[in-house]
Amino acid sequence: MEILLAIVTGLLYGAGLFMMLRRSMVKLIIGLILIGNGANILIFLLGRIAKGKPPIIPADAKVLTELYADPVPQALILTAIVISFGLQAFAIVLFKKVYQALHSDDLDTVNTIDDDL
Amino acid sequence: MPLETGFGNYMMLIAVLLGGMLSLFLVIFKDYLRDGFSAFFFLVPLAVFTYFAVFFGSEVPALGLVSWQQGMGVHFEWRVDGLSRMFALLISGIGTLVFAYSHYYLKGHPEKFRFFGFLSLFMTAMLGLVVSDNLIMLFMFWELTSVSSFFLIGFHYEDRESRKAALRALTITGLGGVGLLIAAVLISTVTGSFSFQALLDQRETVLASQAGRIAFWLFILAAFTKSAQFPFHFWLPGAMKAPTPVSTYLHSATMVKAGVFLLLKLYPIYSALPVWKPLLMTVGGVSMVYSAAQALFFTDMKSILAYTTLSALGILVFLTGIGGNEGLVAAAAFILVHALYKAALFLVTGIVDHEAHTRDVTALHGLRHVMPGVAVAGAVAALSHGGVPLTFGFIGKELMYESALHAETSPVPIAAAFITGLLLFAAGFWVGFRPFFSGREASHTLKHPVSLWLQLPVYVLTAGTLIFGIWPAGAEQMVHALVEAAGRDTIKVHLELWHGFNTVFFLSLATIAGGIVLYSRLVPGQSIALKVEKLSYSSVAIYEKFLSVTKWLSRWYTDILQNGYLRWYVMTIMVFLLTLVGYSFYHGVHIYIDFKKISEVTLYEAVILLLMIFSIFYILLAKSRLAAVAAMGVLGISISLMFVLYSAPDLAMTQFSIDTLTVILFVLVLYKLPRYINISSNVVKIRDAVISLLFGLMITVLCLEVINEPVNREISEFYAENSYLLAKGKNVVNVILVDFRGADTMVEITVLTIAALGVFGLMKLRLKDNEKTWE
Repeated sequence: MEILLAIVTGLLYGAGLFMMLRRSMVKLIIGLILIGNGANILIFLLGRIAKGKPPIIPADAKVLTELYADPVPQALILTAIVISFGLQAFAIVLFKKVYQALHSDDLDTVNTIDDDL
Repeated sequence: MPLETGFGNYMMLIAVLLGGMLSLFLVIFKDYLRDGFSAFFFLVPLAVFTYFAVFFGSEVPALGLVSWQQGMGVHFEWRVDGLSRMFALLISGIGTLVFAYSHYYLKGHPEKFRFFGFLSLFMTAMLGLVVSDNLIMLFMFWELTSVSSFFLIGFHYEDRESRKAALRALTITGLGGVGLLIAAVLISTVTGSFSFQALLDQRETVLASQAGRIAFWLFILAAFTKSAQFPFHFWLPGAMKAPTPVSTYLHSATMVKAGVFLLLKLYPIYSALPVWKPLLMTVGGVSMVYSAAQALFFTDMKSILAYTTLSALGILVFLTGIGGNEGLVAAAAFILVHALYKAALFLVTGIVDHEAHTRDVTALHGLRHVMPGVAVAGAVAALSHGGVPLTFGFIGKELMYESALHAETSPVPIAAAFITGLLLFAAGFWVGFRPFFSGREASHTLKHPVSLWLQLPVYVLTAGTLIFGIWPAGAEQMVHALVEAAGRDTIKVHLELWHGFNTVFFLSLATIAGGIVLYSRLVPGQSIALKVEKLSYSSVAIYEKFLSVTKWLSRWYTDILQNGYLRWYVMTIMVFLLTLVGYSFYHGVHIYIDFKKISEVTLYEAVILLLMIFSIFYILLAKSRLAAVAAMGVLGISISLMFVLYSAPDLAMTQFSIDTLTVILFVLVLYKLPRYINISSNVVKIRDAVISLLFGLMITVLCLEVINEPVNREISEFYAENSYLLAKGKNVVNVILVDFRGADTMVEITVLTIAALGVFGLMKLRLKDNEKTWE
């Protein structure tokens, strides 16, 4: 499973990069989300995965003693998911406004404003 | 030798920093000071002069240390020996005269206090340079002299030529400064410290090491650029764009001699190298003859003085190269000789310029009628310049001839020295004699007599030239201490006026006779100088070419790397990363898969993975935005299912809700948009696909490599043990987020709030009609 997950992570990164290299703004945002997902799985995988052992202390115990899934990567990923949502939401709305102004999805049309300064 | 401690130790720090303090004072109060206030500034260098003269009059060497950067071994380590005392006295002594002179010279100038600020900053830098016994300190003060010199050369910043000259000086001396820093680091790798004393103690080790020998060439680069030796000489004539007091102080008497100072300081270490003598004698010799000849191509008094200064610096390097007691004594005496007469000549030039508003020797004559005192001083300086008996210059030149005569069996050194002496004689007379004593009538009349503020400094210097000329024993102690410091050896120095009828004496007579002939035959003109400036292979031309190539190169790669296309930036970064990581992969990938540690794949997992892979490819190939967004949803849900399977219920929930929100937002915003347009060509797509594929592959390989490494679970164990005991929570992930790392979560919420405000603001934004460019 670890090997397969590693391959999927690579796929997510590769696909994300490919989308980011496109000229379309929507594809840029999609690429960003893909890489974000890839990063989450990467952290998850590198913290080692364990099946059916959530890091929750049983009702009758005070400490986690048995084997358990690592809580630290999970906390990191949770933060990452939420933060990346903030970024995505902002990017999507920004794109909407750019589209309203330029009526184009092409990043190169946004690029030209700079030259007038 | 015991270190100075307590008060005396800090006194030195204060003495060095006094100029900097004045500079700081001026930064703050310059707008509130009256013009006449600068009449008091000369007291600052005078105090420093007194300090050095009184406390170090007889007791040298003295050393001390004010600790600064413990960890890095950089301290204000100071050492006053004969060498640094001579320089410190010159810096503060000539500083006193120049400060007083400038008070009147720049009378009423709107930026007078800016001028004094830089000038006193320079004094601190130069004093620090000569008393530093720590290589890093030395480097810092060295750079500070370059920087303050830059500002002073460019003082008339509205003049394009001044700015250019300032930049040129900074570039060349800065180049040497970098060399000095590298040399310091190299030395420290051998001796284990930046202390100069350590370098001295371990000189054999340093000389034997490769780093020590490379450092030697870097030290030489620093010394030659600072002291304007051929072929780095061309910045100095340009530096004469600075106001005359600056030229007097920095570019003749003190700063340009820093290179010679460095050579003398390194003499005990590196003079044992076989290359030392031929290198310094050749470079110094070429510089002294070449510049002395070139001095006669100019009619501007300052230009003539600039080239004679170059020649004098050449002489100093030449003499340091000869070395031994004779060479060092000659060099030591000549430092003093040159400072006295050259500073006087520069100040005289300044007076002429100030009163007659020209420095062209062809336009000036008969000024003895209007400024008799200055005329006499100028003549004495010119006589010393030419090495006429009863002036200190005579002693200097005798010593130079003597050491050149004994340096080699070949007659080349003495011939070079003789020609230089001859040319310098004529050049000195052009500046110090011709404007005053040629012609019957004065070329200019003065509205008022020359101010004493301008005259007195010149007289002090002239008096020095005469006193030491008639009574050379007076300078003996200073010269003696310098030679002892540089040679690290005890010797006897005896300066005398009369050496008997020997070769040197007849050479001196020949110089005077030849010089008089040269002076009376040559007519000042600058036609040759203009031709020399146009030569395509001169140092200036090479420097300019280098500068333009550098500009072109930086423009070229900036255009390529910073072209304003986001995807190009991303690609550059990724390709660079791939190259770096790929290079280390090339040296070996350590993937071995231990199947015992790997969990097997069940049917559910296989289905989830297939769903993920399918949706990734669907996103890549989708023709419409909505289809891509839908596939994103599938991907997100698959990931959250995977979280469920692998013991991360919180993640699963978050991923699920966030992904749903993203898809909804996307759909709301995008549903009205047309289909994708196909912009990129197939070639570009294939190129990007190759890069992306390699990048993905790199991530996979990295993942597999890391999985093999043992994992450190110290932090996790802490949370697992204390989650309930300390924070009374049983869901460890939640406890980490809201308790242990609560502050982080707080900040995260703030970030989200800001993003939400941004979204809200953007949604509310109504575009004006003129902002919709497409309609």
